[in-house]
Amino acid sequence: MNLTVAVFAALVLLASALGFTAARRKRGELRDLQEWALGGRRFGTLLSWFLLGGDLYTAYTFIALPALVYGVGALGFFAVPYATIAYPIVFLFLARFWNVAHERGYMTVGDFVRGRYGSRTLELAIAATGVLAALPYIALQIVGMKAVLAQLGGVVAFGGGAMPLTVAFALLAAYTYFGGLRAPATIAVFKDILIYATIAAAIVIVPHALGGWHAIFDAASKALATPLHPQPLLIAPQMQFAYATLALGSALSLFLYPHAITSLLSAKSADVVRRNAALLPLYSILLGIIALLGFAALAAGIHAAPNEIVPILFARFFPPWFTGLADATIVIGALVPASIMALGAANLFVRNVIAPISGRIPSSNAAATKWLTLAFCGLSLLLVLYMNVKFAIYFQLLGGAWVLQTAPAIFFGLYSRTIPARALLAGWLTGMVAASYLAVSDGFSPLVAFHIGSFSMTGFIAVYAVLVNLAVAFAATLLFRVRPSEVEVA
Amino acid sequence: MARRAWYWLLALPFIALLDVPIYDRIDPRLAGIPFFYWYQLAWVVLTAALLGIVYLATRERGR
Repeated sequence: MNLTVAVFAALVLLASALGFTAARRKRGELRDLQEWALGGRRFGTLLSWFLLGGDLYTAYTFIALPALVYGVGALGFFAVPYATIAYPIVFLFLARFWNVAHERGYMTVGDFVRGRYGSRTLELAIAATGVLAALPYIALQIVGMKAVLAQLGGVVAFGGGAMPLTVAFALLAAYTYFGGLRAPATIAVFKDILIYATIAAAIVIVPHALGGWHAIFDAASKALATPLHPQPLLIAPQMQFAYATLALGSALSLFLYPHAITSLLSAKSADVVRRNAALLPLYSILLGIIALLGFAALAAGIHAAPNEIVPILFARFFPPWFTGLADATIVIGALVPASIMALGAANLFVRNVIAPISGRIPSSNAAATKWLTLAFCGLSLLLVLYMNVKFAIYFQLLGGAWVLQTAPAIFFGLYSRTIPARALLAGWLTGMVAASYLAVSDGFSPLVAFHIGSFSMTGFIAVYAVLVNLAVAFAATLLFRVRPSEVEVA
Repeated sequence: MARRAWYWLLALPFIALLDVPIYDRIDPRLAGIPFFYWYQLAWVVLTAALLGIVYLATRERGR
């Protein structure tokens, strides 16, 4: 156990040290916001690949996804189609978003909305939604770290790991403050190499120890089967629509989060974005393998809190030093996205929430954003240390449903201005209310069933809400009977 | 115009993955992994390949 903790601590500290070196390697002036928040928009294909990989495939994913599969079986695998169809969307729409943002110097989706529609109310609405969705996401990274610390045990886990979590977050806040986006970008390279090593080892060692995949799936099927759901390795017919809408809704909202946009806009060209759309699915294969570890945990007869099964699997099947490495991988895997999320949310808040309220034009100085990044890190830590983890999970779920409500303004805005700002605003408001209502009314389940006579359809609340959002936006467009403004093809 | 046509290739992953009934079954297994799982993992690779093809076919040269 001591060797595990030693390797773990050494790697986490090494990653933090790498974060601090990023601020020292000066190219460009870090007081400038473009430099600090977007790395000067000069990341090439490989660095963007590491950064986006480190940003999108978070520690929470690596903990929560197997936990979901461990708990519900096949339905938890929706993350794989989600993380696949997201990339044609990146290729088609986000590369175009990069072009528009580059031409006009936009740094956030808020900037885009202000520039496209000239409406500061819509800018405020879209930006506030992004900030709200990002906060619980940062908090869940800490939840992922907590699961690892609990498994390491001893002094590290004392008091729910409050001390090491605070230390880790103080380091994170500090190197993000000094290095900006370059800090997580530097750590991401290190983190991703560790991830590939860990998963390569897991895919060889775990199935071998458990008698192969056939045995794992059979054992998991037995462990999960209930009279109501006799075939847990498959999606029950009445849940197939839910599976598809979970994948589609998540894929559409992935790049509406501030951290995804931040990483995307740091790419040096739209070509880098397109190339990455073809290269990033490599991470989705890892994601699929990691999800299958949920079945491996069932086959291994592990009985634990779902969030703890991955660290337990590591401890059971890996030699102690490699367990330390694998655990460090998850914690570093939390620090990278948490840093980008805090930075992206802070930038969005300063430029597109505070600025419209105070009626000012966003400044190009990084000072305010840097301070707010520290505040967001602190806030997320408090959220995890003093609030129920369940609250963070519910909040994140709601955030996911909310963030999809910004999709119409952004996706339509890329192609035309036929739908005016106030119609989009009406749609956004209805969508937000609908998403919140659907989530709360069914005890914070991401899925809700609609019954029409004897026919019932279970689907993802975010998708239902965005359909309402679109219907209202279209109806309002007709109602306002605006002059058919010139369709702009940028 | 011909460049636009290539983009239609990117509709395939959506059809293949969102039409759940076509792959919601156990057999045939591959290395013990049920069809439901290896089919979706195979589509990760296929989607990457399609994106690579569309990228190369639609790339603007000399920019």
